[in-house]
Formats: sequence, C-alpha cells, structure tokens
Amino acid sequence: MSRRIVVITAGLSQPSSTRLLADRIADAVTSQVSARGEAAQVEVIELRELAQDLATTMTTAGMPTPAVARARDAVSAADGVIAVTPVFTASYSGLFKMFLDVLDPDSMTGMPVIIAATAGTARHSLVLDHALRPVFTYLRAIVVPTGVFAATEDFGGGESDQLGRRVARAATELANLVVSESGSVAGFAPHATPQRRSGTAVHPEITDFESMLADLGQ
Amino acid sequence: MQFGIFTVGDVTTDPTTGRTPTDGERIDAITQIALKAEEVGLDVFATGQHHNPPFTVSSPTTHLGFIAAQTERLILSTATTLITTTDPVRIAEDYAVLQHVAKGRVDLMMGRGNTGPVYPWFGKDIRQGIPLAVENYHLLRRLWREEAVDWQGKFRTPLQGFTATPRPLDGTPPFVWHGSIRSTEIAEQAAYYGDGFFHNNIFWNMEHTAQMVALYRRRFEHYGHGAADQAIVGLGGQAFMAETEAQAKRVFRPYFDNAPVYGHGPSLEQFTHATPLTVGTPEMVIERTLGFADAVGDYQRQLFLMDHAGLPLPMVLEQLEILGREVVPVLRTQFEARRPAHVPSDPPTHASLVAAGPEAKHHLVAPAVPAAERAATRVSA
Repeated sequence: MSRRIVVITAGLSQPSSTRLLADRIADAVTSQVSARGEAAQVEVIELRELAQDLATTMTTAGMPTPAVARARDAVSAADGVIAVTPVFTASYSGLFKMFLDVLDPDSMTGMPVIIAATAGTARHSLVLDHALRPVFTYLRAIVVPTGVFAATEDFGGGESDQLGRRVARAATELANLVVSESGSVAGFAPHATPQRRSGTAVHPEITDFESMLADLGQ
Repeated sequence: MQFGIFTVGDVTTDPTTGRTPTDGERIDAITQIALKAEEVGLDVFATGQHHNPPFTVSSPTTHLGFIAAQTERLILSTATTLITTTDPVRIAEDYAVLQHVAKGRVDLMMGRGNTGPVYPWFGKDIRQGIPLAVENYHLLRRLWREEAVDWQGKFRTPLQGFTATPRPLDGTPPFVWHGSIRSTEIAEQAAYYGDGFFHNNIFWNMEHTAQMVALYRRRFEHYGHGAADQAIVGLGGQAFMAETEAQAKRVFRPYFDNAPVYGHGPSLEQFTHATPLTVGTPEMVIERTLGFADAVGDYQRQLFLMDHAGLPLPMVLEQLEILGREVVPVLRTQFEARRPAHVPSDPPTHASLVAAGPEAKHHLVAPAVPAAERAATRVSA
C-alpha cells in the first residue's frame, strides 16, 4: 500500500531554501518508507501559489476557493505531513499560519508530522518548539520528536553535516509512524478512532433529532 | 413554484455617490421593494432580522404588517426569524397577530443567524446556539398547537397553563422553514418536523448547498414525511442584470467590490465562478437558476437577494421589473416542465394547510415517525 506524504512549504522566494529543505526531508522520508517495504507518494503544497486563494478564503466568511479545497482534501487524506516554514519575526510566516487557519480543526487528528523551519541565524532554532510544535499539538497531530531547523550556515555542508543527520533522524521517526498499524483487537477496550475531516464536504454523520430533544428534557 | 426576493436589510453606503441612506429611508425603500415584488408578479417577500448595525430590520412583524396592509397576494416571510435570541412566546404571539392581519399570507424562516456579541444582549449564550434553536422551536410548536401549555426547559422560565394569544388563524399554525448554511443539525431539525429547508446559497459553492439539501431530503424520508425528492426545499440566489453582460458587470462592480460581506476580497469574476451569483443578462440568470435544480433536485421556492450592498432604490426596482417580467415567467414554465408529477410544485400555504384539515400531520407537535418504527408498525399490524 502506497503511503501519501504531503509537504506543506511556505517559502516565498524562488528558489527558496525552505523548499530545498522540504525536498530534502521528503526524499529522506521516501527512502525510509521504502526501507520498510512500502512505497511513498509525495505531494507538495507550495503555499506561495495559494497566497491569493488564502486571502480570498479569509475574506469570504471562510468559503474555500477550489484550490484551497483541494489542498484541504490533500492534507486530510495524507498518511504523514512535512511542514516547513521560513522564520519571520521570531515565528512561522504569516502565509504558513493562514494555511493552518483555513484547515478544519479536525483535519490533522492523529497525523504524523515533521516540523521544520529555515532562518538566517541559528538564534531562531527554538521556533520549532515554541511556535510550530504547540500549533500542531492543538490540531492533535503527532509531531515527531526531532524537528529540523536549518540556518543559512547549515546549508554550507561541511564534514559534520549536522543537518543531514537531523533530517535522517526525523525521517526515520516519521516513517515508523507512517507505516505502523494502529488497529487493535475489537472489544477489549474502548477504541477512539481518530476522525479526520477536511471540512470541504458536509459531514455525513448527524445527531439524531430525537436525542437532541431528549438531551434538553423535551 | 414560488418565486420571490429576500432582503438582509443592510444599510450600506452607495460607493458610487458616497451617500448612506438613513434608517428611515432604508425601511421605506424596503417597503417599496416589497410592493414592487407584488406588482411584478412575484410570490414571496422575505425580510431578515438583525439587531446590530449595519442592519435596520430588528422588528420584522411590524414591517411585514405594514406591507400586508398594502398588498393582496404576496406571501410575507422572514429570512430569518432569530429563534435563538427571540423568546418563543413572543414569536408565537407576534406572528399569530401578523397571520391574522395578513389573512394567512405568512410563513417564517427560522435561523440562528447571530454573531457572538448579539446573544448576551438578549440574555443568551452563543455556545448554546444549536440547543437554543432546538428547544425554542419545539416550545414554539407547542404554543401554536396546544391551548394550555405546561412547559419546563433549560433556557427560559417555566410555563404553567399558558395560552399564547391570539390562537393561529383557522387553528392552523404558519408553515415554517429552517434556514442553515452549514449546520447539519438544522437540516436534521427541518426533516424531523417535516418543515421546509432553506439554503441561502449565496456565499457557498453549489456542491456544498447540494450536500446540505441532500442531507435534509434523506432525513425527511427517514422521518416518514414522504420520499426524499418530495421534501420542501427553498434556495437563495443572487443576480444583477442588464442588456449585456459587460454592462451588468460595469454597473454592479463597484457595489460588489465594497459589499459588507465579500467586498475587498475576491474579484467579481472569482465570486461568480465560485458561487451562484450571476451578473449578466436575464438569459444568463435563467440558465444559472435552472441549473440549481440539477444540483439539488426539483424544489419549491426560489428567493433572490436584489437590494443589498448600497444599490440605490431606483436601480433595485428596475432589477425587480426585469426579474418579475422577464426571468420568473420563463423559470416558472421551465421548472414545471422538468418536475416529475409526484414532486410538489408549491410549498404548503395557509390555504393548503387549512384544506388538509385538523388531522393533518402539520398540527402535531412532533409529527416525525422514523422509518424503522413505521416498518415495525406495519409488521405488527
């Protein structure tokens, strides 16, 4: 069974170091999934291309444009996500946050995620843990322990290649989650199946009206 | 099939002149718009209810009563009646009076439709929006259908032996629509009671509207009110017309670009592509509107939003002339031509509900019988 990996990348320039980092992580994840005997398909969502659609969605009471709806569906249908943002003003970029803001709050429940960021200086490295990790925790995603932060100097390569090792470690952690089986033997314990919804379709499950009335004592 | 217009009652500056009407001018304009609706052969006029600027329509029954006095055929409705923050006892009595003065030409559309800050002005809590809609409407049904009501609930003081006055005209409560854009609970509520479901259809793509209507139809059948395709569906729509598409766009664009809801956001072209808004010739509006039935099935009521975003009154009246004289007659014929015989053309009216008699399901507080239960009854019988 092929696993779907969605890359969310918020770099603004072309070529962007954020996209370079995203591709590097995606390649590592693909290798690690393959190493576990499974195939991986990677789909990249370039937020730069969605900038106007995101603004339009925001200003029309949340009505998604077709491009935003497609991106939402892709994220919810993924088996794993790689989220990469440049650091702006000590946090993720506004474009990155706009995308998260148009997602359904239930779109990433239980989703394995690698968080990654690029910045000009290593002084921003904690942005992963004070900004990105909390927002994905809110979305009930499973963020792997290793975040990937790349300052400009990390792209210099060199003998130690700390960045390459971090990428490999994060990719290993994600691949383990992406190919793991989450099933349990039915009937032994209450099982809370993570429900994911993209928010682009009307949710088919409805509360029966008689129970709504009964809850109110009517 | 019924055709009409619905207003949200916004007071908006005309972007081409910089002039903002006073509340009084806007209310007078809405009256003239309603009268024009009857004059050009439309069936329904519906007004919104809001309690915050930029809206001026806080008291729909007052306004509809005034319009009722000057019209003869027009069905008067709301779009919507706020069931969350308006006391159901007040709704029961206000609309019963309106029903009497309008000689039955009244129905209403329930909605939650409030932004957060509005709720506490009426002693309510927005987090309880859905439960308020459920409890208040159930009480409203009882007040219209039972002479003396003993009642206790979560959100208002209990009632003991309370009789809402006046009693509904001919002992027959008005037909009710439930309006919702996204809340599946409201589609479920409409289906449970066998009431109408109205989707405003103007801010969302047709695929979304179709899913909401499909849900309502499925549950309508589940509760034993008839087949899914016989459910009572109403849709909104939005149009601006001129002799050519280019001319319509040129005139309407400044209003669109500055509209309170979508102004300064998407382009007119993006929005017409993504939603049912049609800016062009009457033929384009006809074609687009006929397409609604392909998406949601044959339906019973079509209301158009024509008077918002600061459009000046003479322009709105001219639009209504085109709508009533050129668009709706064609739509009537075409919609009936495609409608299967078993699908009702019109939603229930006061006359049809009275004719159905006091034993009709409409007179029950909880008329729903789930399909499973009906099957069981059949087996035991």
